[in-house]
Amino acid sequence: MQEVIVDDKKLKSYKQKSLFAFSVFFIMIIIAIISWRWLINQPVKADVLSVNKEGFNAKESNGIQQPIRNVLSVNEKIFSSIFNKQKLVKEYPKNMAVKTPRVNGDVGLDEDFFDAATWKLQVVKTTGDTLFVSLDDIKKLPKIDVVYNFKCIEGWSQITWWSGVRFSDFLQHYNLTNEAQLKYVGMKTPDEEYYVGIDMPSAIQAQTILCYEMNGKPLPMNQGYPLRLIIPVKYGVKHIKRIGTISFANNKPADYWAERGYDYYTGH
Amino acid sequence: MPAKIIHKHKLATRWMHWINFPALTIMIWSGMLIYWANDVYEIKIGGYTIIKFFPDWFYKFFHIPYKLAEGMGFHFAFMWLFMINGLFYIIYTFASGEWKYLLPDKKSFKESWLVVLHDLGIRKQAPEQLKYNAAQRIAYSAIIIMGIGSVITGFAIYKPVQVSWLTAICGGYEAARAEHFILTVGYVLFFLIHVIQVIKAGWNNFRAMIAGFEIIKEKENHN
Repeated sequence: MQEVIVDDKKLKSYKQKSLFAFSVFFIMIIIAIISWRWLINQPVKADVLSVNKEGFNAKESNGIQQPIRNVLSVNEKIFSSIFNKQKLVKEYPKNMAVKTPRVNGDVGLDEDFFDAATWKLQVVKTTGDTLFVSLDDIKKLPKIDVVYNFKCIEGWSQITWWSGVRFSDFLQHYNLTNEAQLKYVGMKTPDEEYYVGIDMPSAIQAQTILCYEMNGKPLPMNQGYPLRLIIPVKYGVKHIKRIGTISFANNKPADYWAERGYDYYTGH
Repeated sequence: MPAKIIHKHKLATRWMHWINFPALTIMIWSGMLIYWANDVYEIKIGGYTIIKFFPDWFYKFFHIPYKLAEGMGFHFAFMWLFMINGLFYIIYTFASGEWKYLLPDKKSFKESWLVVLHDLGIRKQAPEQLKYNAAQRIAYSAIIIMGIGSVITGFAIYKPVQVSWLTAICGGYEAARAEHFILTVGYVLFFLIHVIQVIKAGWNNFRAMIAGFEIIKEKENHN
């Protein structure tokens, strides 16, 4: 801190400096307000998500202001480059798992579009052929348990126990090696009401499973019987229940919650 | 008539102070939109809820409900502004030597009570001070530590798998979320006291945060 005694002439110049500083201050406030209004008034539902720009297939809705979406994409790039996507999630003993995991959301579980007797998982290959896989066939593949802290994007979490086949094992067993080279996996419910897009590194992480059991018993209807995705490196929104179709692409497949403004990546 | 000019806040300090204000405001606002989706915190005494975070009228007044996606989007965009500005502030404070005025010293903790008593009007004389008094030194240093705490607890809940060690330090995912929330309540309380103090301190003090200096007219002593 520095103190100076000034005469009238110097004082006048200090008063001018003060006036100048306040002018800059008010101009900055106005710029900040204008910028903010510009940002929040950016369209959130326009068809700004073109395939070529962001790699999205969904053209209907962005769900959030485009500049914010751009930052989220940059965030994904930054964190993808510094983090290891194959890192394992902490696992817990089975007895720590909750008896009745919370049920959150029933989009895509319309009974009219689902017949347990005829359900088969459809896998659309890059050749255009579709592979049909029954639940019994999936159950023949090596089964693993995953007991981890399930995290909902809403902010709550629960330790839950799930079993099924590693997605990477599934790909390998059905010779989906070409498909595994692509950047994204898309999954849809049989009624096509709910759908997720997942980056391949997260999809083939060792704890990502096609799950058919919860707490050692077949999946309940409201948890996505007969087959759901468990992907511990992501929030619950990516854990699609009742998978109908799986496909592969280099562009981001449509994602139900991303269209409603959520981060596409939503990885931990 | 001569006047005294007291150079108080550096240009960089002033810029970073005023950038932090909207940045932190946006972080708190977007944080509220996120918190709403799982608003489980309350203060209970003997089974009675004293304060619920937050009552319905509060949510309604600030237009908070059903904006989780917007909250997350803005939170994870403006976190950069908050963090980078904060980082520059810390670097600048140490590199410029300003830390000498800012960090509490041995007598600050003892003196800060005298400042509080003075501010409450109980004690007439305020302890001597340089740029900041003892209470300010503690408060302004604490707010920096709180900022660092927000970044740490924030990453613990943002990337709990990748920085699981950080989440573990915070006591787990749920604990980190609660800590992140408590720190935010701390900012709001800081802000309220800060504004009251600035109003009490008057125009010259406020001018120093914008122009950098105070102008004190010397009363002429002819006797």
